[in-house]
Amino acid sequence: MKILVAVKRAIDPYVKIRVKSDNTGVETQNIKMSMNPFDEIAIEEAIRLKEKNIANEVIAVTIGPDASQETLRHALALGADRAILVRTDKHFCSLNIAKILQKVAGDEQPNLILMGKQSIDGDNNQTPQMLAALLNWPQGTFASKLTIQGQVLEVTREIDGGLETLAMELPAIVSTDLRLNEPRYASLPNIMKAKRKPLDIIECDDLNLTLKEHVEILATTAPESRSGGIKVASVEELLNKLQNEAKVLYREKK
Amino acid sequence: MSTLVIVEHDNQSMHSSTRNTIAAAMQLKQNLVLLVAGHQCKAVAEQAAAIEGVHAVWLVDNICYEHQLAENLAELITSMASSFSAILAPSSTFGKNLLPRVAAKLDVTQISDVSRIIEQDIFEHPIYAGNAIETVKVLDPIKVLTIRTTAFDGVNGTQPPCCIELIDKPSSETKTKFVKHELSRSERPDLGSAKIVVSGGRGLQSAEKFKLIEELADALGAAVGASRAAVDAGFVPNDYQVGQTGKVVAPTLYIAVGISGAVQHLAGMKDSKVIVAINKDEDAPIFQIANYGLVGDLFELVPELIKQLK
Repeated sequence: MKILVAVKRAIDPYVKIRVKSDNTGVETQNIKMSMNPFDEIAIEEAIRLKEKNIANEVIAVTIGPDASQETLRHALALGADRAILVRTDKHFCSLNIAKILQKVAGDEQPNLILMGKQSIDGDNNQTPQMLAALLNWPQGTFASKLTIQGQVLEVTREIDGGLETLAMELPAIVSTDLRLNEPRYASLPNIMKAKRKPLDIIECDDLNLTLKEHVEILATTAPESRSGGIKVASVEELLNKLQNEAKVLYREKK
Repeated sequence: MSTLVIVEHDNQSMHSSTRNTIAAAMQLKQNLVLLVAGHQCKAVAEQAAAIEGVHAVWLVDNICYEHQLAENLAELITSMASSFSAILAPSSTFGKNLLPRVAAKLDVTQISDVSRIIEQDIFEHPIYAGNAIETVKVLDPIKVLTIRTTAFDGVNGTQPPCCIELIDKPSSETKTKFVKHELSRSERPDLGSAKIVVSGGRGLQSAEKFKLIEELADALGAAVGASRAAVDAGFVPNDYQVGQTGKVVAPTLYIAVGISGAVQHLAGMKDSKVIVAINKDEDAPIFQIANYGLVGDLFELVPELIKQLK
């Protein structure tokens, strides 16, 4: 079985982001970038399926500028067999990203596509569902467990209020939730080995896709900041403030 | 043109998130149609028809929609889309699973977690875990939006029930099958809609000691939440998690106990009206956003708080 894993280069989750003063976006110059954490989970799951001999090839794919090669090398160091960069300097909305991935999936014919449930920059949580729609494949979103038996995939999904298990025919798309697995670290020998693994670069413009504009970003602003609060000295004072100052707590008088 | 709201329900009753979604839909100032798709879900349609401002309810009752799988529902909604200029659902796991699939089938964009409607085609939504707000203009003819429920006050008014139109339209999608549900049952208010939320973090030390948070919640009539650290440590199940990757809450009172206040957690609760932090580390980041901070040992402070509340 062949698995395609889509990964994204995003601002490192531990960086405190800053909105640009002209409201055109967030500062990305000289900011630490890394693989979107949900995508690391997707890579890890693919590698585990390979270690169980369910998968025989794991391909990592990303869409972005030249610098995205770092993210692909990281995927290769974790255990992916080869990588594909669809090179572009443009910023695409989720639907156009899904259309590019649809083209890659058409060329590669994977049995399973694994993706993170959302990227931590746009927080959209859309691309896997959109790609599933375009390919007309079943979707197992927010997965916390998967098992594959023959041509059937069983996915346990994290939903509001608990878990839901679905069974679906392959090929299918799975988007990963945090609890699916704990991603491994890349060892130094594997980082060295990853440098020799194949990384194909495809120019986005050569894909012959007509990608229209669906959305225009008008502004990016900083959220309203909360005014600094006060520290109280005792439980009594806290309750008093909550009742009489903030008026968010009502106690019946006995 | 009209606006379509996809009703989230369990075939017996409507989920409260639908009321917030309707409130957002009203701001688009068009005829409001509600879609109730499920199995033996007539009661949900009746409930929906009595909500103030609803123009019509479309009821699609068929065994194939019993578990409201995205594959089936997306096909159904796509077939109805030509009558609408906007399609809305709550940004719950239900809405997030479904609407991007609908949008892609319609070849239009989808805006996630809309927190403000500025014009018919201009919306605000949070990005980077709520650390930035993006204003976007949708260029497509149909606006497909998931609504951040905590950003809109739910519609609670009633009206004489509007017309319920029965639509018979089975789905041809059969590749996905429902296997089972495992729901965590709780007597307490629902985390997403509670007025008061009490959350515990790693500072609680164990699942046994986390019961203290539950006692405090019960004394306040509050819902119980948790930080990712508490979930990962196995103190509570993961659907308690408040944060960027868990639930986003905005109650009137949020009490964070033994939570340091990582960016990930703050993204899920910083829109609460009043935030209280109880932590022994006076430099914990949570104190920077808390209206009231109490520095000290939670194992002394929380029992005292419970005692004084009783």
